[in-house]
Amino acid sequence: MEQYILTIIIAIPILGILLMMPVSRKAESTLKGIAFATSFIAFVVSLYLYFMFDSSTAEMQFAVKIPWITSLGISYNIGIDGISLWLFILTTFLSWLSIWSSWNAIKDRLKGYLISLLLLEVGMLGVFMSLDLFLFYVFWELMLIPMYFLIGIWGGTNKIYATIKFVLFTLVGSLLMLVAIIVLYVIHYNSTGFYTFDLAQISALAISAKAQLWLFAAFALAFAIKVPMFPFHTWLPDAHVQAPTAGSVILAGVLLKMGTYGFLRFCIPLFPDAFVQYIPIISVLAIIGIIYGALVAMVQKDVKSLVAFSSVSHLGFVMIGITALNIQGMQGSIIQMVNHGISTGALFLIVGMIYERRHTRLIADLGGIFTSMPVWTTFFIIVALSSIGLPFTNGFVGEFLILLGTFKANVVYAVFAATGMVLAAAYMLWMLQRVVYGKITREENRNLTDINLREKLILIPLVILIFWIGIYPSTFFKPMEKSIESLLKTVEIAKGRTEIVRPEGVTFTADVSNIIEEEGD
Amino acid sequence: MPINIPQIDYAAILPELLTGGMALLIMLVTPFIPGNRRYYTGYLALLGVIGAAIATYAGFAKEVTTFSGLYTTDFFSTAMKLVFLLGSFLVILLSDNFTRLLKLPAGEYYSLILFATLGMMMMASANDLIVFFIGLEIMSVALYVLAGIRRVDLKSNEASLKYFFLGAFATGFVVFGIAFIYGATGTTSLSHVFDISLYKFPNSGLYLMIGGALLLIGLAFKMASFPFHMWVPDVYEGAPTAVTAFMSSGPKAAAIAILARVFIFAFGEQTAVIAPIFWVLSVTTMFVGNLTAISQSNVKRMLAYSSIAHAGYMMIAFVAASGEAVSAVAFYILCYTVMNIGAFAVLIIVESKSDGDNQLASFTGLGRRHPILGAAMALFLISLAGIPPTAGFFAKFYLFKAAILKGHILLTVIAVINSLISVYYYLRVVVVMFMIDTETEFRPVTYPSALYVALVIAVMAVLALGILPSYFFPFDQPMLVPFG
Repeated sequence: MEQYILTIIIAIPILGILLMMPVSRKAESTLKGIAFATSFIAFVVSLYLYFMFDSSTAEMQFAVKIPWITSLGISYNIGIDGISLWLFILTTFLSWLSIWSSWNAIKDRLKGYLISLLLLEVGMLGVFMSLDLFLFYVFWELMLIPMYFLIGIWGGTNKIYATIKFVLFTLVGSLLMLVAIIVLYVIHYNSTGFYTFDLAQISALAISAKAQLWLFAAFALAFAIKVPMFPFHTWLPDAHVQAPTAGSVILAGVLLKMGTYGFLRFCIPLFPDAFVQYIPIISVLAIIGIIYGALVAMVQKDVKSLVAFSSVSHLGFVMIGITALNIQGMQGSIIQMVNHGISTGALFLIVGMIYERRHTRLIADLGGIFTSMPVWTTFFIIVALSSIGLPFTNGFVGEFLILLGTFKANVVYAVFAATGMVLAAAYMLWMLQRVVYGKITREENRNLTDINLREKLILIPLVILIFWIGIYPSTFFKPMEKSIESLLKTVEIAKGRTEIVRPEGVTFTADVSNIIEEEGD
Repeated sequence: MPINIPQIDYAAILPELLTGGMALLIMLVTPFIPGNRRYYTGYLALLGVIGAAIATYAGFAKEVTTFSGLYTTDFFSTAMKLVFLLGSFLVILLSDNFTRLLKLPAGEYYSLILFATLGMMMMASANDLIVFFIGLEIMSVALYVLAGIRRVDLKSNEASLKYFFLGAFATGFVVFGIAFIYGATGTTSLSHVFDISLYKFPNSGLYLMIGGALLLIGLAFKMASFPFHMWVPDVYEGAPTAVTAFMSSGPKAAAIAILARVFIFAFGEQTAVIAPIFWVLSVTTMFVGNLTAISQSNVKRMLAYSSIAHAGYMMIAFVAASGEAVSAVAFYILCYTVMNIGAFAVLIIVESKSDGDNQLASFTGLGRRHPILGAAMALFLISLAGIPPTAGFFAKFYLFKAAILKGHILLTVIAVINSLISVYYYLRVVVVMFMIDTETEFRPVTYPSALYVALVIAVMAVLALGILPSYFFPFDQPMLVPFG
């Protein structure tokens, strides 16, 4: 029973969709009730994962492997470890909150909207738990369609441009990744004589260094677009600004993490040698992303696009932490993924709340909101400070660890990356000053109603998490330690290989123990 | 001199007998039915198709070669026949509505569809180039007439005439090719051609290759492959939509069946010589189809160009030229048949509500007024674009796998780039259906019941083939073993 818990969690939103299908379009409260209930139950059940999680092992847990298409080696192979645990829970959490947040915001075609959100949840959960490359790809693309509809139907004025751009950008990467997945699959077949998409078995393959470089590039492109890393980020501001609030929350909170998660789960274990070789490029792009994202955020006129560009900057931090390849950097990166989901998700919710009242997000149209909406302002300030990375908030823990790890690996990178924190303070505080403080310049801002109970209830859990991670992060670090150690071990071996031998086009042996012995000699 | 009566195995050709017999029966009874009731013959046609399908399925995996080796039923031909029959079944359902409304000669219409299906089935089972040629002609002549079945419509006439002239020309190439192959090998039997190929054609390799190339021209025409695709947009647009749905799936499948038999099976190792030609054809067809489809504002024409592009994807199988590739292309054509006919079914409904207008604009607001119809169309288009979890994705995956297994990575990369291009124009229809608000209300739709049945079948097939393909298709054994 316990091992099927992941399947149960992913089945809950599917059940929600099936329940909603026969309900009339007009019965809005029933539809909302079903969506809220299923997403909430999925969240509660996913919390159970944390309590059942065994932190003393790097093995995949709650693992299930059922053949799906036997003769092609495709199986329903799922499981989570310390890397995916928090992202998995974050997904159910943010899905629930974003469904709740759209209570009044969506008036048009509510049924389709809720079904899209639940389908999106299914796709996201599937990506985080797939251990079969084919299954992973199916879920990866499954996310695309509901997001396409969410932006395209319920988006802003320029929604069609934004949604097509989003789909095409994502597909460029993922289709090339599909080719790389099939190539890996065929390489496995040619060397073992049987077909499988099992990640663990394919990771154990000996792939030549040259092939690794190409295959890594195909995977990395797909993930880099999703992260998004500079210069593949141009779809993000459009998609964010045009998406409805819930879409933005999910996009920033979970979808972007698919990219960084992809690097951790697929790129590094599959192509450790290539990853080590690509580190300089990835690091430099990440640093450019950090600084460029922050600088562009500073000059945005729209609060939402400011937050969108700040995501480019924050995800740059996550990437630089991964490339540090040490325990601090990795821990920082993973916790920063969760942090970004919480803080940026909360920021989008908060911006959405003011948009529902004022129907504008332009900084120039706001100002002096503090007097009319003190509670909203308080939440806004807390979340903004956590996004900057103030001590005692979650952002500090993540960014500090990332910088520490980067400093150990490469001082120059760390120095450049650290400027991102300074710039973050600049754009966030400046924006806060113009939006919430100062004199009321527009009469419309004088008599805004403050946020209601539902909106408070949505924001409170996010604020609790901000402080929890900020003050006592060990709750979150403990489950991920073993998994990070085992991931780093595979890279260490590859690092040793590239530093010692570094031959061109020579097949590396995949037998780990051999190499360690050789090094020992 | 004693004359050998060839052994005749009626059981082996039972599906063909049922299809052809039903076509004759329909022609026979039509004069006795009053003119305004003749669309009832559609039920007879359905009955014939179902009967033939049952007969085909009953003979599954029984390898029989009969009529002195002229005719063979094997795993591959059985599977292909089921695809043809599925296509015909759906098309007959699609036609119900419009044979009533347009007062077409329904009896002739349905019997021609059955004859065309019979021709395709003969092509799939042909073990001899002459039998193949007879099948090809039965199919083609029926299709020429079907394209022009709306006698009062000028566009339909134009389509029929264009198709006939160019088709006849292509047939000429086929005959010429058969002659060359006969000249090179002294036989028209595919098994014998294969036997001779084992000796590497000491003297006649060149003539065999010329024959193969000429045959390929004729079949590439039927398949709508570049550079023999010029007729496709006009003919597809001019023909009645249900006929277009039929023409874009059935003949393609039949051409693929015989291409596989000739080039992957009979030509033996000589296939490697032809493979580069297929490579070029595949790449150019994909690009021409997809790039031209982008600029289409008419959905029917867009689907015509998409049909060209899909012919390009299918050609990949002949570059890979393995048993696996044959399975892959058979699965591909199965998926293409359901998703393509499904898209045409929605097009027919939209057309019937907008006075025969099939411009992109006539889809505006469909998703708002008729979410289910809009969602079905979106599903078909997503499947045509090859996005999971639909049939189209799995078909592409399986095809790409067969190609990469033979080392054709560059070709696969070109194919995925083309899939990407295709996403743009397929999703544009979805944009128009769901994301553009319109003042003019989309008129209410009453689903004609037969069309509705066809839609439901197509939707379920697209999902089932995408999610649980192994229940419907044998992935564990190659359909046609190449090189013997």
